[in-house]
Amino acid sequence: MSELTTAGLVGSAPVAPDAVVQAPWRRLEIRTILVRPFNEILSFIPLLIGVVALGQHHGNQIWWGIGVIALLLGRGLLHWLTTRYRITDEQVELRTGLVFRQRLATRRSRIRTVEATAKFGHRLFGVTAVRIGTGQHDQKDRKTMRLDAVTNAEADRLRRELLRRDTAPAVEDGVVAPQPAPGTLIARLDWGWLRYAPLTLSGLFAMVAVAGLVWRSLNELDIDVYRVGLARDTVRWLEHSNIGMVIAVVVVAALVIIVFGSMVVYALKFSGYQLIRESDDTLHMRRGLLTTSAVTIEEARLRGVEISEPLLLRAGKGARCTAVATGLQHKSESHLLMPPGPVVEAHRVAAQVLRTTEAGSPTRAELVRHSTMALRRRLVRAVVPALLLVAVLWLAHVWVGWPDWLWQVACALPVLAVPLAINRYRNLGHALTPRYLVSRLGSLNRRTVAIQRDGIIGWKIRKSFFQRRVGLVTLSATIAAGRGAYAVLDVTESDGLALANETVPGLLAPFVVTDPQ
Amino acid sequence: MQSQPTPHAAPVIPTAPTGVLRLRDPRHRVHRKSILWWTLRSAIFWVVVIVGQVLGEVLPAQPPGWLKITLVVSIVLGVLQVVIEPQWRYRVHRWEANHEAVVTRSGWINQEWRVAPLSRIQTVDTKRGPLEQLLGLATVTVTTASAAGPVQIAGLAHDAAAALVDELTATTQATPGDAT
Repeated sequence: MSELTTAGLVGSAPVAPDAVVQAPWRRLEIRTILVRPFNEILSFIPLLIGVVALGQHHGNQIWWGIGVIALLLGRGLLHWLTTRYRITDEQVELRTGLVFRQRLATRRSRIRTVEATAKFGHRLFGVTAVRIGTGQHDQKDRKTMRLDAVTNAEADRLRRELLRRDTAPAVEDGVVAPQPAPGTLIARLDWGWLRYAPLTLSGLFAMVAVAGLVWRSLNELDIDVYRVGLARDTVRWLEHSNIGMVIAVVVVAALVIIVFGSMVVYALKFSGYQLIRESDDTLHMRRGLLTTSAVTIEEARLRGVEISEPLLLRAGKGARCTAVATGLQHKSESHLLMPPGPVVEAHRVAAQVLRTTEAGSPTRAELVRHSTMALRRRLVRAVVPALLLVAVLWLAHVWVGWPDWLWQVACALPVLAVPLAINRYRNLGHALTPRYLVSRLGSLNRRTVAIQRDGIIGWKIRKSFFQRRVGLVTLSATIAAGRGAYAVLDVTESDGLALANETVPGLLAPFVVTDPQ
Repeated sequence: MQSQPTPHAAPVIPTAPTGVLRLRDPRHRVHRKSILWWTLRSAIFWVVVIVGQVLGEVLPAQPPGWLKITLVVSIVLGVLQVVIEPQWRYRVHRWEANHEAVVTRSGWINQEWRVAPLSRIQTVDTKRGPLEQLLGLATVTVTTASAAGPVQIAGLAHDAAAALVDELTATTQATPGDAT
């Protein structure tokens, strides 16, 4: 017993270095106990403000609050007590859970990404949550390895340690890791990019979220809006002004809030953004003001990049750039390489990340247009559902007596669908560069994706009923990263198969025949 | 094709396709009993839907008027699908495996080819649902490292499925690397 303890604590015991195979189990940082409850309480702050500012609270609710906080603290303590991890030369192991004991182990060679996120509470206590990303199937099983939380220094050590591929011995406790050579900066935030913020919909979402929160708080606290002077005055003004004035004021107010809100959201999310290529061939992206996030991607596992230009952003010549990589979570935007900014800059970042010259970036490759059959298909797919909707609303008006303005307003949809369909067609395209397959599609969100030809691990060729009638197919390359499959939409069967044959020679060829023309 | 007697004058276009490419049918059909399997599958679904609506029509004193319309539509669609889908699927569903890749074709109204190279296969599983067990059928699922689209061959006879799994597993194990 005592022998074990000393071996765990002191690395200087007279043991040959390669005999130290049994790395010690580590606990999470003790401050973790406080961090989680603190983060949860933070999200209640609007409610608390409501209680204090409006002075309408019930004794019961306070007791409930205290009870909840005690429970949260207890959960934090349990989590800390039951969680241990260790990093051996071979693998990373994590034990967690009290009732459902979980034991996760991942081979170190399978680790693709390391993600460090610190919410505001983490920041205050100087700790970070670390997520270790491996292959795609691990994601589906939800067995993600998360260390929530460790000290910032430990997080940094994990990041460097886990993605290192050489066989140098693991860094021991208390020994300062040799400082690696500084990396090269690929991009950093330019505050001028803030002008792209209103072109994202984040301001709108933020407004809706805040409005929802306020509404819920008011409801839960039983606050009577009419007793607040400002609200009463507003309602009275709304009732006594003419309709045109009201609409104008509401629209202007909404616009101002959206623009302001989107800028705040942008600053919160992307302040301090920088993308660095470290000397050990990993890409390191960090960003965030209150909640910080740092993602490290092993470059050898990067399978491509995607440039997305949603409609509004495109109108302002803006774009964002994301990575096609394994082990990242799409939802939390951890695959982001560049926040919304100038499209020129997005292409430059893409080129640098892929180590090509700026002019040779696959995302800028000249694309092959698709046949006019594809245009017809886009038109039909956009217009017909809109027409059906109008027909249904009209029938509902005639039979069930729905108001007639419904179908009259809906008549605008088929008309609007035409330019959308044409734009969708004009955006369709694909290209093949020596190392990448490039595909572009979409109008509301135009995406240009370049994926490594070496990384393609299969094909899916889809022919819908209507595609078969016009001889088109949707060719999707499957890949062990990002969304899993990337489509070239509506190419003619012959062109699509030729493209597939050229992209990955030999794979599809045995199943393809050539008919003389 | 025209013949050109002066070879130096003829421009050589390398690897330009001289004809129209198309996918050929994969070699093997699935087992014939699959038709029965698909029939039972859609029949069970539609029986549940239709019986539910019949109960809604019979039990309450004042059944809603639209229920008659949806009931008629359900019966027409149900009969059409039970009659058409299995035959159609049987014509579409095919598979083939060679030394490099496994390919499947599936679907009916919408059809899909899936190709996975054997070198990138991660797992090969067999699965049998209750209906499949009843009919002596099995589904072989081949997964690669991609989250999108495992290659599935549904409706194989038990022994054919087992043989295919053995063959694929043997080839996959011979390939080094982690298949990403």
